[in-house]
Amino acid sequence: MPFDIPSPPPGDPSWPYEMYKLLKEEGVTQFSYVPDAGLKVMINLSLDDPDVHSIPLTTEEEGVAMAAGAHLGGQKHVLLMQSSGAGNCINMLSLPRIGKFPFLSIVSMRGDFGEGNPWQMPMGKSIQPVLEACEVVCLKIEDSSEVISTVSAAMTMAFQSQESVCVLLSQKMLGIKKF
Amino acid sequence: MSDFTLDRNVVLPLLIPNPHDFLIVTGLAGPARDIVHLCGPNSCNFYTMAGAMGGAVPMGLGLALAQPDKRVLVCTGDGELMMNVGSLAVVAAMNPMNFGIICVDNGHYGETGNQISHTGLGTDLAVMAAGAGIKQICTVFDESDIGDAADMIKVGNAAFFAHLKVHDGPPANVKRSLDANYTKTAFRKALLGIP
Repeated sequence: MPFDIPSPPPGDPSWPYEMYKLLKEEGVTQFSYVPDAGLKVMINLSLDDPDVHSIPLTTEEEGVAMAAGAHLGGQKHVLLMQSSGAGNCINMLSLPRIGKFPFLSIVSMRGDFGEGNPWQMPMGKSIQPVLEACEVVCLKIEDSSEVISTVSAAMTMAFQSQESVCVLLSQKMLGIKKF
Repeated sequence: MSDFTLDRNVVLPLLIPNPHDFLIVTGLAGPARDIVHLCGPNSCNFYTMAGAMGGAVPMGLGLALAQPDKRVLVCTGDGELMMNVGSLAVVAAMNPMNFGIICVDNGHYGETGNQISHTGLGTDLAVMAAGAGIKQICTVFDESDIGDAADMIKVGNAAFFAHLKVHDGPPANVKRSLDANYTKTAFRKALLGIP
């Protein structure tokens, strides 16, 4: 029996369910993650789904290397992480760059729109220019109406053009954590 | 001078007598040379790194999950593994039975001037692997340990960690491709039939 993606509870945003469905339709079978509140629904869907591997990482760069290994073996991998963790990936991003391995990550932003924790601001401000310096394509989503088109574009660039792509989910869409 | 007597060039062929039965990902430096020498430089069943330090174990794990019917090895050094020692916990969490790590531990950073490494100063990677939750662990100190380790590498029902304590002599002197894209394409063509 294939896994049925549940409907969102009443009042909850539907975009995490739609994004998960889209990734699975593309053939993604490996979801690695470092836990993050903004990605909680997607992480839990992958944990509940017997048709995919849901991989708890100790640091985000493991997901970059795992994605390359998955491609060697003919599978598609997506890394789910918070923007602060993207900084942990910098050296490992050399692997998909020089090997032309597909790399796709869904990144929940902290330290952008409306951030109330000053500790999150440094990486929030730095992460896009740092990733772009590493030749990673960054596609930012600020409104849930952009999720399907942006993630579709990201999957094509990663899995067909063998680029490294990060989809950055703004706090404008995710909501702002209160402190 | 280390207390260990095994020579990596002697012990690896005894541990992996049929290297083409495996898909192998290596860490940078010595273990990359070890495996290219073992398999033959024109073989397509290995992916060797020359950078991306700390990436060998997770890369091998991604491959093992994608290819459950193949036996997948990571061969890496103590320095490369220490760079991302948390990956042992990820392996334990997933526990693929077709996967294992061979750590060639010479207690030194052989590529950068032979500085003494953490394992040379007392860190025990087999204990760390056990602490991470890896179920099958074997340490090879001398010739008498090789048979059991070779059996564990060949077949098993859980992810394994083979800890190979060797002296700090050089790895095989072998030329290998440093072209990460070429090596990927050759590996995928051989395994999957597509570039």
